[in-house]
Amino acid sequence: MLAFVIRRLGVMLVTALVLTFVVFFLTNLPPNLEKLARSEGSVRMTDAAVASWLEEHGHNGSVFYRYAEWLGAAPGWVITDEKGVTRGKCIGQRDDPAMAPKFCGVFQGNWGVSTVFKKTVLFSLGKSMAATGWLMLAVMLVMVPVALLIGVLAGMREGSRTDRVLSTFSIATSATPEYVSGVILVVLLASPATGLSPLLAEWGWIGSKTLFMGTATSAMDNITFWNFGLPVATIALYGVGYIARMTRASMTEVMTQQYIRTARLKGVGFRQVVLRHALRNAMIAPFTVIMLQFPYLLNGVVIVETLFNYKGFGWMLVTAAGNNDIEMLLGASVVAVIFVLVTQLISDIGYVFLNPRIRLG
Amino acid sequence: MSSLIPESGWADMSEPLSWAAIFGLMAKQFWPVWVALTVTFALSFRFKRSLGLYGKLFDSPVAIVGFALVMFWVFTALFANVIMTFDPLAQLGSVKNPLPGAVVPEGAEGQYKWFLLGGDHLARDVFSRMVMGARQVLIIAPAATTFAFLVGITLGLPAGYIGGRLDTGLSFLANLVLAFPVILLFYLLVTPEIRNTGIPVVLAAVLFLIPIAFFAILFQSRFHTSPNKRNLYVGITLVLGLWAYSGLAFNADPLGVWGMDPNLLNVFVSVVFVNAPTVFRIVRGIVMDIKSRDYVAAGQTRGEKGWYIMLWEILPNARGPLIVDYCLRIGYTTILLGTLGFFGLGVTPESPDWGSTINAGRKLLSMVPHPAVVPALALMSLVLGLNLLADGLREESLKD
Amino acid sequence: MTNTIWDASQPILEIENLSISFFTRMREIPAVMDFSCKVMAGEAMGLVGESGCGKSTVALGVMRDLGKNGQIVSGSIKFKGRDLVTMGEEELRHLRGSEIAMIYQEPMASLNPAMKIGAQLIEVPMIHQGMARAEAWELARQIVADVRLPDPDRILNAFPHQLSGGQQQRIVIAMALMSKPALLILDEPTTALDVTVEAGIVDLVKDLGHKYGTSMLFISHNLGLIMDVCDRLCVMYSGEAVETGAVAQVFDDMRHPYTQALFRSIPLPGADKNARPLISIPGNFPLPHERPKGCNFGPRCAYFQAGRCDAGDVAMADVPHADRHASRCVKWDEIDWTAAPKARVVKEKAPIGKVVLQMDDLKKYYAVSGGAFGGGHAKVVKANETLSFAAHEGETLAIVGESGCGKSTFAKVLMGLETATSGTIMLFDEQVQSTPIQKRSVDTVSSVQMVFQNPFDTLNPSMSVGRQIIRALEVFHIGTSDAERNDRMLELLDLVKLPRAFAERMPRQLSGGQKQRVGIARAFAGGAKVVVADEPVSALDVSVQAAVTDLLMDIQRQNKTTLLFISHDLSIVRYLSDRVLVMYLGHVVEMGSTDQVFQPPYHPYTEALLSAVPVADTKVIRKRIVLEGDIPSAMNPPPGCPFQTRCRWKSQVAGGLCDSQMPPVQTLTDGHQIKCHLGADVLAQMEPVITFAAE
Repeated sequence: MLAFVIRRLGVMLVTALVLTFVVFFLTNLPPNLEKLARSEGSVRMTDAAVASWLEEHGHNGSVFYRYAEWLGAAPGWVITDEKGVTRGKCIGQRDDPAMAPKFCGVFQGNWGVSTVFKKTVLFSLGKSMAATGWLMLAVMLVMVPVALLIGVLAGMREGSRTDRVLSTFSIATSATPEYVSGVILVVLLASPATGLSPLLAEWGWIGSKTLFMGTATSAMDNITFWNFGLPVATIALYGVGYIARMTRASMTEVMTQQYIRTARLKGVGFRQVVLRHALRNAMIAPFTVIMLQFPYLLNGVVIVETLFNYKGFGWMLVTAAGNNDIEMLLGASVVAVIFVLVTQLISDIGYVFLNPRIRLG
Repeated sequence: MSSLIPESGWADMSEPLSWAAIFGLMAKQFWPVWVALTVTFALSFRFKRSLGLYGKLFDSPVAIVGFALVMFWVFTALFANVIMTFDPLAQLGSVKNPLPGAVVPEGAEGQYKWFLLGGDHLARDVFSRMVMGARQVLIIAPAATTFAFLVGITLGLPAGYIGGRLDTGLSFLANLVLAFPVILLFYLLVTPEIRNTGIPVVLAAVLFLIPIAFFAILFQSRFHTSPNKRNLYVGITLVLGLWAYSGLAFNADPLGVWGMDPNLLNVFVSVVFVNAPTVFRIVRGIVMDIKSRDYVAAGQTRGEKGWYIMLWEILPNARGPLIVDYCLRIGYTTILLGTLGFFGLGVTPESPDWGSTINAGRKLLSMVPHPAVVPALALMSLVLGLNLLADGLREESLKD
Repeated sequence: MTNTIWDASQPILEIENLSISFFTRMREIPAVMDFSCKVMAGEAMGLVGESGCGKSTVALGVMRDLGKNGQIVSGSIKFKGRDLVTMGEEELRHLRGSEIAMIYQEPMASLNPAMKIGAQLIEVPMIHQGMARAEAWELARQIVADVRLPDPDRILNAFPHQLSGGQQQRIVIAMALMSKPALLILDEPTTALDVTVEAGIVDLVKDLGHKYGTSMLFISHNLGLIMDVCDRLCVMYSGEAVETGAVAQVFDDMRHPYTQALFRSIPLPGADKNARPLISIPGNFPLPHERPKGCNFGPRCAYFQAGRCDAGDVAMADVPHADRHASRCVKWDEIDWTAAPKARVVKEKAPIGKVVLQMDDLKKYYAVSGGAFGGGHAKVVKANETLSFAAHEGETLAIVGESGCGKSTFAKVLMGLETATSGTIMLFDEQVQSTPIQKRSVDTVSSVQMVFQNPFDTLNPSMSVGRQIIRALEVFHIGTSDAERNDRMLELLDLVKLPRAFAERMPRQLSGGQKQRVGIARAFAGGAKVVVADEPVSALDVSVQAAVTDLLMDIQRQNKTTLLFISHDLSIVRYLSDRVLVMYLGHVVEMGSTDQVFQPPYHPYTEALLSAVPVADTKVIRKRIVLEGDIPSAMNPPPGCPFQTRCRWKSQVAGGLCDSQMPPVQTLTDGHQIKCHLGADVLAQMEPVITFAAE
């Protein structure tokens, strides 16, 4: 078991390095850097000025070396200009160049400064991840129990009326991406002109103009049902359909197994057959699916945060990407990649634990 | 029926239309689709017993609904020129966001009188944009999915069949791509900067070569025993393939038949790149299952080469789950393309594709919903149709 | 236990005129028609028939577990006088597991993989008797000991996958016995197990039946097993019971043509491929919706009389002067049941020619990475150890052994799918041990071909039958044009006695036996000289087995083919082989002519194997030798002699040699080889396992 985890961690590390390199490479392409130079320096710089700006800011040299610098595995660049002023990646504005550390990269906790937010990347990341954390937590709390319940209820009697209704529901929701369900939910529940809200307002049931709020910006400070309900529902809806379908498939398969017949013919009642004999076996596959759903949640988070203007991780990613904020984008990628890899690891280990056949095999 | 639909002389030209009239006029506008659907279903029901798996679809109500939805949009895409009421890019008047059923301000003679489903913030006709958007979506999504399948199959077959180091290497690469959050990948891959570096062209050059290799190997492994046939089939594959290749990947088709807008190429390559690893994993799994069958061993014991066994003994027997996944994946690709549009990536802003239109419409969503809701519902119904179709297919193919 | 007052002189189970149908969207498919039978207290009733005859449906009908589509159409099933057909769900649930218990074919599949054995066992008395947990656990321990499993505590705390197949089946039996049911239904309980393991289970079932006084309904396709276990039997054909009676009566004085045909088609000791070949039943088993009018067996029956047999439904008729013996045949009292069969054709023995295949000291080791997590130390599996033998032209060499003995590995090495670790294989006059198949010439490849075991797997399901044969012809460079190859393909279909129209068919439209024939045609497409047949008939129904075996023999006679016949079924091996090679855990433990191997002196393993195979002949007396335990894993073979862990002769070898040293190969008379430490004096004392009762 230990050997397995170590091996997995090794593969994970390699994957993380390769992926961050790819991100580094793609964000530090010459056109991006040129754009950076013009936005940090001046828009009307000549090509020669751009080249010298880039050189002065350590953006020259091989991409591999710059990647290592960024990681903190190679010494940061140091340049002394004609005026005798020494500047470097690791030298703060008022620091003494002699005292500055040689290495300063991600390993040393120096993730750079965001050009858009004018704060350190770590600070901005921390803040936005906290916001997104609440969103994800709420989504999970809604999505997982609902999806499992729907899946199990539909799958325990394949072909029944309950099954048909619930399956159709899950297919419909898994066919509705977040940017569609979000739009529809807003129109139905958070628009003063259409949907439920005008009616409710007319009847005097709600004080404000709309039932739910169409933006979640206020949830940054104070989460309420009314400002957080729609974003959570939007992300959860898509996931519910997907997980419920997986659970149903797994459940129907388990229900046709010989050992379920054995249990039935032992005289075990239907409830107990489902709860004691089927459920655990049927949960193995959906568990993996749920864990692997996390990365996809990230997608939903980006869409929903953009749609509802909630300044979390996704919103920040979009803003950084839209504004050529290289350091921020790199930081966000590291987080996203590690997040995905960790969920994969948990999913693998959890699968082994849930499945005695592998655990003790 | 006809009494419900206001004929042009019948309705008051200066009054907006009622909802009933809007739906009536839309139904009328879609007439080529109804005709085509009727013919398709009539023929399919008539011959359903001799049409194999396709025929069996018509035994399952779920599949029928799914198929009808999908075919509705396919025919809409085909007959878009007839169906749409305006040029999807034309700006009609100066009023922003005209409501559904609103009258089009003064215009040329013989032009359509109403905004059936309203107009957007540039006063472009939402109905026509939705119809034209169907054509955009239904060209790119199936094509990108097909490419992703060819790439996934070509790499997944040897990974599953041969295994060992090859499998370890390819699986690592696949997992690498899968570990990338899709949205991040899009933000990195689908940018104007990337296009300037030529990376998409390089990627396309590699990815587009794989389908040609696939078909060439397919025929070579089957017909190597009779060189004449082999030369014919492999020759045709290479000529057609390389011709299209020159045009699609490098925009250098000497005859100018094949070509792809660089924006589109970028989107296309990214979508293939994201989908192929998943297909790879599915194919690999199925192959590992099938390769222990006796008919595979029979092929091996008569000295068949690996590619023959993979392509002609294993692949045809993996078709069931692959077809089901293909349907699902077209839906998923549609969603992905929508996502791209939603973030304004890749395609030009005036493009009528559904994702971009939703993006454009969402800014004023709570006040004027129709520019966003119409393409949203269109996209949802297409994906729903594909999912229902896949579900029905799976159910029917299991009944064998 | 439920306190039903029950008169023990009445039948425990009484099925009357039971009809069961399955309903599909298209039509109603009758699976069982007009079935009646009675099981008395303590009696073991056998249900025998080929696949699809409805025997399992009867069992599920008794359990009222027919699924969504199945339905009891008419008739009654009385258990201790109460009709199960009209019983409510709740009452039925109390009966299931407590009064009626069932044991299934696949032990692994019938145990819940995520629950410990103990939890699965104690559930039964806890549900039905409301027993406390601790008490139920104690009972479980006792019953696990009763089914002769060692170390009950460890077993109760184990998960199913940690036990071997034989142990799992014992657990399933223990589970069935937990509340001491009055009726036990066993549905092919040993089909998935190895022969020597099967023998142990059969013994156990018999003993426990006596010990607990349980009545049994024993379902099997194997007549020999039925004879071992049951008092009475009921032969089924195409949904109907065709003959029922006491085992000895039906076996010796059958009164139905199907029963007779069945017995004539199975290889019993005394059958011989040349002098007394088997008689296969012509035609095919009718599909449920294609059953003929009148007698279902009519179209295949040698005594068929138009106008009588196909006139209308045939009823069961009692055979007088016998104990509850009945037959569903209109002509049962007209047929001369003692007459010798007409169809028997004596065939000429094919001459045995020069050596075509010679193996010397062949070894094949595999490196297997241990553990599920990819870590751990690589283990070496010794799949084949010092395999040496020669096979001659026109000869049938049988390779006998149970799972894990290395017979399939040997086939792979011979075919070139794997290369040998060491040793030599001389094929004709070429050494091929280290030439993989890709490097072999087309001639070599086409001259060594294989017939596979599973008929449902042997043909590519998405390619037409003709196309598959033509592909083989193309690869073997036979014929110069498509037309020529097409003709050759049709000839091959003739050779395997299939209609030429089958060329256009897809494999799913063929029956198991027909698919196996196509497989044979494909193997002979390139004029194969050596054919490896890997259990070619073991998955087929008994009546079809004979036909396919005969076909193989006929082609062999014509082509002077060398046939390497891999099998675990000693009956068929004795019937068709010239020489036999017995393998155990990668070693050849005995080799010799068929007569030598089937008569003492035996290798101890051969002796046990012979004794384990059930023989459906009342005149044969078998010595019962039941081996302890299971076959060790090839990953972890015992030290010394591979068979020492289960050998009953071990004590006869002095100095514990068996535990420490690999036995030498002893050559007895005429090339008869035995790999054993036993001295010549002990071997000479061995008694035959099978003897015939004086007639």
